Amino acid sequence: MKILVAVKRVIDYNVQIRVKEDGTGVVTDNVKMSTNPPDDNAIEEAVKIKEAGKATEVVAITVGEQKAQETVRKALAVGADRGIHVKVDGILEPLAVSKILQKVVDKEKPDLVFMGKQAIDDDCNQTGQMLSALLNWPQATFASKIDVKDNKLEVTREIDEGLETIEINVPAIVTCDLRLNEPRYASLPNIMKAKKKPIEEIAASDLGVDVSPRLEQLKVEEPPKRKAGIKVANVAELVQKLKNEAKVI
Amino acid sequence: MAVLLIAEHNNKELRPFTLNAATAASQIDSDVHAVIIGQNSADAAKQLSELPVVKKVLSVEGAHYENFTAENFAPVIVKLAENYSHIVCSANTFGKNLMPRIAAHLDTSQVSDIIKVIAPDTFLRPIYAGNAFATIKSNDAKKCVTIRPTSFDPCESTGGSAPIEKVDPSEEFSNTKFIKREEIKSDRPELGTARIVVSGGRGMQSGDNFKLITEIADKLGAAIGASRAAVDAGYISNDHQVGQTGKVVVPDLYIAIGISGAIQHLAGMKESKVIVAINKDGEAPIFSVADYGLEADLFEAIPQFMEELNKLNTIQK
Repeated sequence: MKILVAVKRVIDYNVQIRVKEDGTGVVTDNVKMSTNPPDDNAIEEAVKIKEAGKATEVVAITVGEQKAQETVRKALAVGADRGIHVKVDGILEPLAVSKILQKVVDKEKPDLVFMGKQAIDDDCNQTGQMLSALLNWPQATFASKIDVKDNKLEVTREIDEGLETIEINVPAIVTCDLRLNEPRYASLPNIMKAKKKPIEEIAASDLGVDVSPRLEQLKVEEPPKRKAGIKVANVAELVQKLKNEAKVI
Repeated sequence: MAVLLIAEHNNKELRPFTLNAATAASQIDSDVHAVIIGQNSADAAKQLSELPVVKKVLSVEGAHYENFTAENFAPVIVKLAENYSHIVCSANTFGKNLMPRIAAHLDTSQVSDIIKVIAPDTFLRPIYAGNAFATIKSNDAKKCVTIRPTSFDPCESTGGSAPIEKVDPSEEFSNTKFIKREEIKSDRPELGTARIVVSGGRGMQSGDNFKLITEIADKLGAAIGASRAAVDAGYISNDHQVGQTGKVVVPDLYIAIGISGAIQHLAGMKESKVIVAINKDGEAPIFSVADYGLEADLFEAIPQFMEELNKLNTIQK
C-alpha cells in the first residue's frame, strides 16, 4: 500500500497573528512558519502504518511557493520516503489545490491520501473532501483512529455528537484530527538523512490545472476588541456582579 | 434564483442549527428552499415545512441516507443545484464534511464558516482561528456557503406551511459503509447551545477535580466545557472541548476556570456575552477577554463560588 500525504506551510500556531494595516492580509514577513499541525498527524499516521508493515511507501507532497518545500523536508525527516513539490506562487484556493492533487494522484496512483482536516491559516476545511469528490473516492474526515484491514480502513471520526465509525474501501482519502496520534520529533541523524532523500519538483503549469482564484479577498481586518473587563476582589463580589450587573445568573 | 438550504436532522427531528442556517439563507435571498435527505424522515420534513422562512421543502428518502454519509448526499444536491444560486448549510461537522464534496462537483470555490452576509456574493468569515476577519466576494456562478451557526439567530420554528415535494434518490455509493455512532448522552444542556457554559482547564490538575466543575454546572443548569489542554491531559472527554479544534460556543455566560486562554481556546469562546475567568496567574491571557476576572486559587474559589450560589435562590434556568 502506498500513502500520499499532503502538507501545507502555514504561520506557526504559536505566533500571534497581526493584520496588515492596509487590510490586504496578515503579516507573514519575518514570521515563523511551520507545517500545518494536523498535517503532522497525517504524516505520523502514514509512517506508523508503514512501520507496522502495512504500507510500502510514504510520499509527502506540498503545493506552494519555493519555501513550502521545508514542510516536505520535515516530513522526510520523520519517516516519509520521498517528496513532491508542486511549485506555484500566489493565492491558492482549496479547489485549485485539490485539482493539482488529483493530477498527482493520477500519476502516482497511491492507495491512500492523508492530510490534516483543516489548515490553521484560512481555516477552510475543504481540500480533502474536494479531492475525494474529484476522484470519486470515499472520504473519512476528522479521523481520530485508523485501523488498516487489508483493502479497507476502519476509521473513527470526531463528529459534533460524539464519535462515528465508518469502513471505507481503498483507494480513499482520510483527513486527520489532532487526536489521531502524537507526532514524533525528527532526530538530528534523521534530519541529516532526510537531506539525501529525493524531492521531485513539478511546475503547476505543467499539470494543466487552472489555479486562478475564484474568490476575491476584499479586506482583512482585526476582529472587534472586547471592551476591557474588571478584576474582582473576591468570589462574593463576582457573584454579586453576575447577579446584579450582568444579570446572567 | 432561490437559495437551497441543506437541513440537518436525525431522521426524527431537525437538529437545532438548521434554524440558524435557515436565517443565514434568508439573508442571502428571501426565496429559500430546503432539502432534507434521510430515511423515514417525514416528521423532520414536516417540521422543516413549518419554518416560515422556508418556501418549499424537497424531501429525498432512501435506506442509504439513514446515516448522513456525504458520499451519498452530495450527488442528490449536485443534481438539484442547477435550479439554485446558492447552497447553504451549517459549518458544523455535518456541513464541513458534506459541502466541499458538493462544491468540487459544481466546480465552485466554497466560502466556509461565514459569520455575516454582507451581500448575496460577499461574506465575512474568520480566518486564523478568529484572529482576523476576511471579507470575501465569490465570483462563481453558484455559491457554496457554510455558516457558523452561533453567528446567526435561529429562525421562527412555527407558522409556515411550505409544500413538501418528493425527489428521487440517487444511487448508493458502495465504497463507504457506516458502522456505528456513539453519541454522548447527557441530561445537561448541549455545549453548542447552552445559555451558560462552565469550563475547566489544565489548572484543574486531575479528572477527579473536574467534579468541582460539574457541581457548579449542575447548580447553574450549565453545559461543561474544557480547554484542549484539559482534554489532552485526559481530565475529560474530547466532546467537551471548546476552541478552534473543538466547539465554538456563544453562551450568555462563560466561566473559564483554570484556563490560561491559549489563542485556540479563545477562538472558541470569545464571542460569549459575559466572560468570567478564575485563574491564579494574574498575567494569564484569559483575563484580556474576561468581563470579570478573579485572580485566585481555584481550589479555594470554587467552594466559595458554590457557597455564594447556594445563597442565591433565584438562579434563572
